[in-house]
Amino acid sequence: MHIPDGYLSPQTAGGMWALVIPAWYWAGHKVKSTLSSRQAPLVAIGAAFTFVIMMFNIPLPGGTTGHAVGGTIMTIIIGPWATIMAISVALVIQAIFFGDGGILAIGANSFNIAFIYPVIGYFTYRLLAKGADRGSSRRWIAAGIGAWVGLNVAAFFTSVEFGLQGELFNAADGSALYSPYGLATAIPAMMIPHMLVVGTIEAVMTSLIYVFLMKTNPGLLDNYDNLNAQAVGSYKLKPLITGIVLLLVCTPLGLLATGTAWGEWGTEKIGKEIGYIPEGMGKFAGRWEGFLPEYAFPQSEETVALEENVAKVDAPVSLDGVWESTPAYLISGVLGLLLVGGIALMAIRIITGKSRGREQLD
Amino acid sequence: MTDALSTPDWMTEKGTGDCQCLSAGRIRRESAVQKTIMGLSRAIRESVFSEQIAGRPGLLQETDPRIKTIGLLGLLITTSFLQNWYMILALYGLTLVMAFASSISLTFFVKRVWLFIPVFAGIIALPSLFNIFRPGDPLLTIWDFGGEVTLGPWSLGTSLAVTHQGLKGAVLLILRVATSVSLAVLWALTTHWADLLKALRVFLVPRIFVLILSMTYRYIFLILGLATDMFTARTSRMVGSSSPREDRRFVASSMATLLGKSHTLSEDVYSAMISRGYTGEPVTLHRFRAVTGDWLWLGAIFLLTVAALGSDRFIG
Repeated sequence: MHIPDGYLSPQTAGGMWALVIPAWYWAGHKVKSTLSSRQAPLVAIGAAFTFVIMMFNIPLPGGTTGHAVGGTIMTIIIGPWATIMAISVALVIQAIFFGDGGILAIGANSFNIAFIYPVIGYFTYRLLAKGADRGSSRRWIAAGIGAWVGLNVAAFFTSVEFGLQGELFNAADGSALYSPYGLATAIPAMMIPHMLVVGTIEAVMTSLIYVFLMKTNPGLLDNYDNLNAQAVGSYKLKPLITGIVLLLVCTPLGLLATGTAWGEWGTEKIGKEIGYIPEGMGKFAGRWEGFLPEYAFPQSEETVALEENVAKVDAPVSLDGVWESTPAYLISGVLGLLLVGGIALMAIRIITGKSRGREQLD
Repeated sequence: MTDALSTPDWMTEKGTGDCQCLSAGRIRRESAVQKTIMGLSRAIRESVFSEQIAGRPGLLQETDPRIKTIGLLGLLITTSFLQNWYMILALYGLTLVMAFASSISLTFFVKRVWLFIPVFAGIIALPSLFNIFRPGDPLLTIWDFGGEVTLGPWSLGTSLAVTHQGLKGAVLLILRVATSVSLAVLWALTTHWADLLKALRVFLVPRIFVLILSMTYRYIFLILGLATDMFTARTSRMVGSSSPREDRRFVASSMATLLGKSHTLSEDVYSAMISRGYTGEPVTLHRFRAVTGDWLWLGAIFLLTVAALGSDRFIG
């Protein structure tokens, strides 16, 4: 399963890096939000554990031996995201220090073994074990099936990566430049042994470990659920900030909308819609003039253009006007956001009574 | 008194062959448990040996780890792009020169590289030599079927032959694999592991990953030790042999026990880190300094890479 260097074209290997980096980023983010500073020791020791158990020889019928990855059981205990990171770290160390798997192929190997396998394994387990009691045999059977399915899906991805080399990367005279087999040979050559032997070892070992833990250390099997429970209540600003920035970038879209937001009509529009202006509204309208009226700079041409557009409420807004008024609209958005953010931060500091000083250690 | 100290008769008697474990002529030395113990200790031995080589004076040992990492990675990427096997062979020659200049025994280096990975690549590529798996111009006809032979829906063609293209592809694959492994081995053998992991920062690897990698490398040896102890303890209590079924159960329960131990260990390490002031932001020391020689080395590698890729395109 560990692809060495030389089997994959640099294009494929590069493409696999491009797939796995977002997966790492996502997993890293998830792990940081549930584990916080605990992530380093947990992931590191999880990786060391994976590395060591990959060296355990498991006797197979017929006298030969094989080895297991242990990905599914790891996901049950430390969660899928920490497992992605732990197995990836183990693969990096195997590639660099022990020559097991290639260095350029770390992207492909991590995608197959550290991402696809644990994620598919874990969600299959969760699906099959849903609602099963603690101690129910459905749980260990689900863990075994999860391991089998996850490992075989990973093997399928690996075989497609191999097969693409034979299909796409050949010299002008028809000789192979990298792995020589096409999809029609690579897929059965990988899948048959994985479905019959490798996946079965993984499934049997996962179930045996699960049963052993159920008997001797049941608390460990609830570890991930407990970690998640602890994480509830802790909040992280980063996803919130990402979301706000995304929304900010999308703000010019607001200019494309026709009409005014429902319920935010001015007196003019109200009068047009219902035939009269309520007395109270007429009295208070115009009392307050905003700092940036109509989200544009006062007295600028954009204001005029925008006001004209707003006045023609039912007509679609012309795009020319949009591009002209966009900078002012965006700057208004940023200023508003900074103002609201600043007030909120000040409020937080006043309430909690401390400023969040961040120490730069390096 | 003398009687009490003398060896009892039953211990000095020679066996008459009832002892299954010896009479079979093959003691189960290669049981899965034994094999695992051997594998675990080999990993430790190899790492210690690598550290010894990294400490010797030599070309690559004296190069700044960051510069060396960029240079060797550049060569690795070049190897993956080359299409002409002469060019790859030339790069393989270069790895031998670099190994020699870094005071690595060539016999050791060649053995370390070729045993297993390129040999395995050869086995994998073997079927592709034949026209049944990959069509091509016959180079050596082994068996003329005297007509088209079909096997169910598959046509096997009219003869079984080694093809020109198959041979070329196999040579290219084996050489490429061997050169890539050589470059990786050179990198790992000539760099102290702590420096090697820190050098990864050049590639914008986040500091937290470098911290996790170094912690992993450190704890691998502790867990290897724990596992070796568990397996040795079991073997020392065993008389005769155990069935594969029993061994499987034993391996599974050792994995589960090790998982529990590792988890407790990670909690302990976490507490220890927190108590020493760890805040979640790792700190690293930078003590690398690239000198003129390092830049010259990198420049030479760069020129070589360009020359290799250029002539590869030229030769085609």
